[in-house]
Amino acid sequence: MIPEIGHFALILALCVAVVQGILPIYGAAVGNSALMAVAKPAARGQFLLVLTAFGCLAYAFAEKDFSVLYVAATSNSQLPLHYRLAAIWGAHEGSLLLWTLILTIWMFAVTLFSAHLPESTRSRILGVMGLVSIGFLLFMLTVSNPFERLIPAAAEGRDLNPLLQDPGMVIHPPMLYMGYVGFSVAFAFAIAALLGGNLDAAWARWSRPWTTVAWCFLTVGIAMGSGWAYYELGWGGWWFWDPVENASFMPWLAGTALVHSLAVTDKRGGFKVWTVLLAIMAFSLSLLGTFLVRSGVLTSVHAFATDPKRGMFILAFLAIVIGGSLALYAWRAPRVGLGGSFAAMSREGMLLANNVLLVAAMGSVLLGTLYPLFLDALDLGKISVGPPYFDSVFVPLMAPAVFLMGVGPLAQWKKASLPDLAKRLKWAFGVSVITAIVLPFVMGTWTPLLSLGLLLAIWIATTSVVTLRERLTHVAGNSLGERLASVPRSYWGMLVAHCGIAVFIVGVTMVKGFETEKDVRMNVGETATIGDYLFRFDGAQDVVGPNYTAARGSFSVSRDGRETTVLYPEKRRYTAQNQVMTEAAIDPGLLRDLYVSLGEPLDDGAWSVRLYHKPFVDWIWGGCFIMALGGVLAISDRRYRIAWRRQEPAVPAATRAARRKVA
Amino acid sequence: MKPRHKRFAFIGLGLVVLGIATVLVLNAFQSNLVFFFTPTQVVNGEVPEGRSFRIGGMVEDGSLVRENDGLTVRFIVTDTAKRVPVTYKGILPDLFKEGKGAVAQGKLIGDGTFVASEVLAKHDENYMPPEAAAALAKAKASGAQQSKSLVVPEGRKDSL
Repeated sequence: MIPEIGHFALILALCVAVVQGILPIYGAAVGNSALMAVAKPAARGQFLLVLTAFGCLAYAFAEKDFSVLYVAATSNSQLPLHYRLAAIWGAHEGSLLLWTLILTIWMFAVTLFSAHLPESTRSRILGVMGLVSIGFLLFMLTVSNPFERLIPAAAEGRDLNPLLQDPGMVIHPPMLYMGYVGFSVAFAFAIAALLGGNLDAAWARWSRPWTTVAWCFLTVGIAMGSGWAYYELGWGGWWFWDPVENASFMPWLAGTALVHSLAVTDKRGGFKVWTVLLAIMAFSLSLLGTFLVRSGVLTSVHAFATDPKRGMFILAFLAIVIGGSLALYAWRAPRVGLGGSFAAMSREGMLLANNVLLVAAMGSVLLGTLYPLFLDALDLGKISVGPPYFDSVFVPLMAPAVFLMGVGPLAQWKKASLPDLAKRLKWAFGVSVITAIVLPFVMGTWTPLLSLGLLLAIWIATTSVVTLRERLTHVAGNSLGERLASVPRSYWGMLVAHCGIAVFIVGVTMVKGFETEKDVRMNVGETATIGDYLFRFDGAQDVVGPNYTAARGSFSVSRDGRETTVLYPEKRRYTAQNQVMTEAAIDPGLLRDLYVSLGEPLDDGAWSVRLYHKPFVDWIWGGCFIMALGGVLAISDRRYRIAWRRQEPAVPAATRAARRKVA
Repeated sequence: MKPRHKRFAFIGLGLVVLGIATVLVLNAFQSNLVFFFTPTQVVNGEVPEGRSFRIGGMVEDGSLVRENDGLTVRFIVTDTAKRVPVTYKGILPDLFKEGKGAVAQGKLIGDGTFVASEVLAKHDENYMPPEAAAALAKAKASGAQQSKSLVVPEGRKDSL
């Protein structure tokens, strides 16, 4: 009964979405405020209906209702409750329901925080989101129904893929989807602006915080996925340029470009057309990502079933959304106007260069990801594009972007002087170059890439210091503390996010430069050395978990005769599907990770073992979290806060202009 | 220079840079493509020499042999028509099993052995990697009479 209620709620949600997608947009076009007023209650109603459906599915999982096909396929009576609930998004149907739920959550958020928007803009935004929602609800109801019954009911479920039975996997998909779907708000803002024909600085200011929130979620989501791959797949890599990873990385690149381009539109009224295009691009790539990952086109833990009907549906949906919005763009963009002019050497110019580089990087990832699929679809042979391609393309594209990242915040808007910039940055430049050259020698090896990575990271750090120092001389306040406090939060946000990149680059550079890896056969009592650490294998024992049995190895790790830690990697056999899983043991640290995973049992209690010493690897994810923290700081800026916004009309125009100049 | 000319020069410079970038990207792309071949294609000598490629199919039942160092393994990948011996030094992925699909990346050496640098088995238990599935389907489609001669004569293998 409960699953039927969920199914019914989805049908009702579709009806509401149709109303929400048509009436408010039409109302905005003809100026009928009664029709426009439909948007808000419709969006909220749709949210409640989808939430109901989601709750029903959660209930079916919690109650182990194996008469629901999806529940039977992805859970098991022995699966602990938290993983049973996480199994809701453990496969195709449920993750689409999660996608839709998150879309309605964003809609609901728009209804809450849009009191300041003109009625017509708000109804267009909600209308566009309603249209997107129609696509997803229709998809679920026609080809991918999570509430489909299995009659007669299965006695036991097939169990969740053991790879997904992990705390990281519980939060990674919702985070990622918050990011993906969050770009739908920026997209809806862009489409609303195209429909309405007015795109001004106020528009950019409204859509900026939404975009930044989505970007933060996406950043954290990708970082968690990468961390999960690192400790769960048992081979110590953190990024494989797997199509699935690329699918989430492409919207991130476009979204990062969008965040920067919105800054120009907000502050200077420039880049308008480009910003709209980026908003369309970011959301289209999010849809493409969902399609790539969930359609079964790709082979990985993410692709669960190959069903051509689903593929066709999503392909058609993609074509309508992307094609439709680009057609609208081509038709209406000329009306939007280009915005103010600027010199090549100016903050706008550098942000434009950064945007071009980010989009070029996105394009190269897109090429490497889609080309093999394209060839395969045309039956021209099977190929794959390896990580060397992405590595060799990415470094040259990103290095200049990172260099500009140091200069950009110091350059004046409209027109900057190169000699002046050079003068202000000469110390930062000197310090970075010298450290980058000398430091690798001190650490023992010198390679060009090592130096380049360190150069870029130190460059960001030193230029951030210069930027902050100059900023402090321009703000009001007597003591240093007062002046630090009067630097706006959004400015801190930018600095913090940029420093996050620096931390990330340090992590990548150090891991690539100094990691050591060893595959060895180890008898009981035998030792192996990696880095400065001595690993002694103390044998393996059998242990029993809730839904698996495992062999647990024991490794004592010591350095210079002193014991560092004991690591317990496992080789698990999940009973439901008789599937073997490697559970690596990691001793994390600020400066290095020690990583052990078991290979296979050999004779006499010996095992083949994989040992890693990974310097600075945690900086990779730390950097991502710092970037996201920067985003959070930026949106907490008071210029975005509603209360302040309400007061704004009371602030004299001159003060406002002065503030804007400062910001 | 008039502002107009300046703008043109600016755009032109941008296009040149973009063009160079495109050439570099496409060049890197071209040299990093990894092609996929079925065991039949490998045995028939259709594979590029000295270049890394991927091979996929079923790991033949009973063919997995581990050498004394505990790390080097030998097995045979087959598409039911032809068989290719593979060696790999390292730890096999969890999902690697005899009788299941697998994809390996590496190079062919003189005696017809495929030396794998990487063995991929990122699919789940009941699911064949599409490349491996395609290899089996292709062999099946190319004639039932071939599939009777499952075992390649030893001499033939050496002559490769």
